[in-house]
Amino acid sequence: MSGPKTLFDKIWQNHLVEVQDDGTCLLYIDRHLVHEVTSPQAFEGLANAGRKVRRPDLTLAVPDHNVPTTDRMARIESEEGRIQVETLQKNCKDFGVPLFNLQDIRQGIVHIIGPEQGFTLPGTTTVCGDSHTATHGAFGSLAFGIGTSEVEHVLATQTLLQSPLKNMRITVEGALPNGCTAKDLVLAIIGKIGTAGGTGYVIEYAGKAIRDLTMEGRMTVCNMTIEAGARAGLVAPDETTFNYLMGRPMSPKAGAWEQAVEFWKTLPSDGGAFYDKEVTLDVSEIVPQVTWGTSPEDVAPITGTVPMPASFKVDGKPEAVQASLDYMGLTAGMAITDIPIDVVFIGSCTNGRIEDMRAAAEVAKGRKVAEGVRALVVPGSGLVKEQAEQEGLDQILLEAGFEWRDPGCSMCLAMNDDRVEPGQRCASTSNRNFKGRQGFGGRTHLVSPGMAVAAAVTGHLTDVRDL
Amino acid sequence: MQKFDKLTGVAAPMNMINVDTDMIIPKNFLKTIKRSGLGKNLFDEMRFDREGNEKPDFVLNKPAYREAKIIVAGDNFGCGSSREHAPWALLDFGIRCVISTSFADIFYNNCFKNGILPIKVTKEQLDDLMDDAERGANATLSIDLESQTIQGPDGGKVKFEVDEFRKYLLLNGLDDIGLTLQKVDKVDSFEERQNASQPWLTVVAKV
Repeated sequence: MSGPKTLFDKIWQNHLVEVQDDGTCLLYIDRHLVHEVTSPQAFEGLANAGRKVRRPDLTLAVPDHNVPTTDRMARIESEEGRIQVETLQKNCKDFGVPLFNLQDIRQGIVHIIGPEQGFTLPGTTTVCGDSHTATHGAFGSLAFGIGTSEVEHVLATQTLLQSPLKNMRITVEGALPNGCTAKDLVLAIIGKIGTAGGTGYVIEYAGKAIRDLTMEGRMTVCNMTIEAGARAGLVAPDETTFNYLMGRPMSPKAGAWEQAVEFWKTLPSDGGAFYDKEVTLDVSEIVPQVTWGTSPEDVAPITGTVPMPASFKVDGKPEAVQASLDYMGLTAGMAITDIPIDVVFIGSCTNGRIEDMRAAAEVAKGRKVAEGVRALVVPGSGLVKEQAEQEGLDQILLEAGFEWRDPGCSMCLAMNDDRVEPGQRCASTSNRNFKGRQGFGGRTHLVSPGMAVAAAVTGHLTDVRDL
Repeated sequence: MQKFDKLTGVAAPMNMINVDTDMIIPKNFLKTIKRSGLGKNLFDEMRFDREGNEKPDFVLNKPAYREAKIIVAGDNFGCGSSREHAPWALLDFGIRCVISTSFADIFYNNCFKNGILPIKVTKEQLDDLMDDAERGANATLSIDLESQTIQGPDGGKVKFEVDEFRKYLLLNGLDDIGLTLQKVDKVDSFEERQNASQPWLTVVAKV
């Protein structure tokens, strides 16, 4: 293929080991992240077949899903969870895979630590047994989640069998208004295209609003690409990307750095490249976004109301909306700001980076968590936690009545002890509002960090701009 | 991997869209280091109340569907988390085939790695198959992967598409890791080329 190429086309073609007659591609994988929940069966498969890890040097493991956030040195109460973490430790030792262990300050959520260490690089292929691997696309890395059988395939061969994906470009124009963040931007996109809107595609995010985002913001956007059904999101690397990566522990060093940047500058899509689907969005008029239902596409502006099921014209959606409202305990037509909140969770691979901690502290400063509200802040990594503490953010949040925790996935999916109780309602900076996601019977409203703090201090969903 | 060639069985209707992998197998059952034994927790929060009693209204608890081998479901089946525990749970329960108008990409891939056939059909075809499934144990569906057809209880046939390579692996129950390892020379030479053009990729700091 010689004509103009997209960023995706370039990365894909640069990683083809073989194209089979039927079009299935054997794709080389540059970076493989591993965590404790989706890897044990893969290592077991290797051991049973007497296979090795082909490239342990391109693999990085970290426990994150099950880990306690109250006290890093505490024993994991759930025996099964503890066995998973211990199994990861044993597998890494047996197969020579680098591991950031629980006591390591570099430990954190797998999608936070990859970028933080400079393990994630532009123009690469990055995979992990976790759907939020899409996060790494913020660097112009083709990054996607895989199942455990594929984890085993990558461990054994450093390749994956994949069918080509289609190109979609979402051009986001305008400047984000005050009080709106990357989270509001991506929620607005999912609200527009739906949770299956990106199925079969790689989404390239372009336009002024994307260019203006920091790396943290771009990661938030790419992270939630999977919530729009696309396995991978991409942002073309630029000076923002290079500045973020320079000097990171695993980034290219000295002479290699210049060579790498020169190559990375060739990656952005060529003018006139073909996209199978184009979507445009202007964010200059948006307001903070919040979800009201049990699918990430159930998005409304904070100034809006809970919608009527009958107002949806897509087949099956009115029934799904009614079921959502029943589960969420909401009435169609009520104001979003009338929804009370019991729990606030700030963290996750979507919003657990230093900027998110700063955004939360900025709104929390001088305010108090409302009575009866339990509010947690869980930094995405030990290094994010350390930096936040150096900036005094922990003190601001603690004084406001937030809990300041150790890093991990925590209440995003409640595999550890941090969970929303049945019937409770949580304003959460995480990525999924599925039924029971944050705990059996728990109800989730997805919001930005600033909006989460606004809910914490008022006790109900609140427009952060009104504080 | 168990091979898949022909399957005849009861099809359970799940007439809802966006069935996510958190519904198929909730996170509290992901704390396993095995692939087996997840069937008892398939659709756990929909199938059981908090005390562990069956909810009689849930389709797989109804007498006609307890032995279902096929699920017929609404759009965007398997969305959300990449957890392969979802197809493991389906398989362990006895489900070998899921029919929908669309599937989330990762779940779709994961099915093929576990001997489960996900079949995409049109909206009209799905409506017909859903009607068939609603008729319970008296109405079985027959799937033939070789000829790529679904045969309904009244003899009507639906033709479906499936990727040729995936079909070959499923029909023969083949492990694709073994196949890829036969191409190790190609991977070696790819690494040599890449190392020459992007040497920085292999210089990862020591942990």
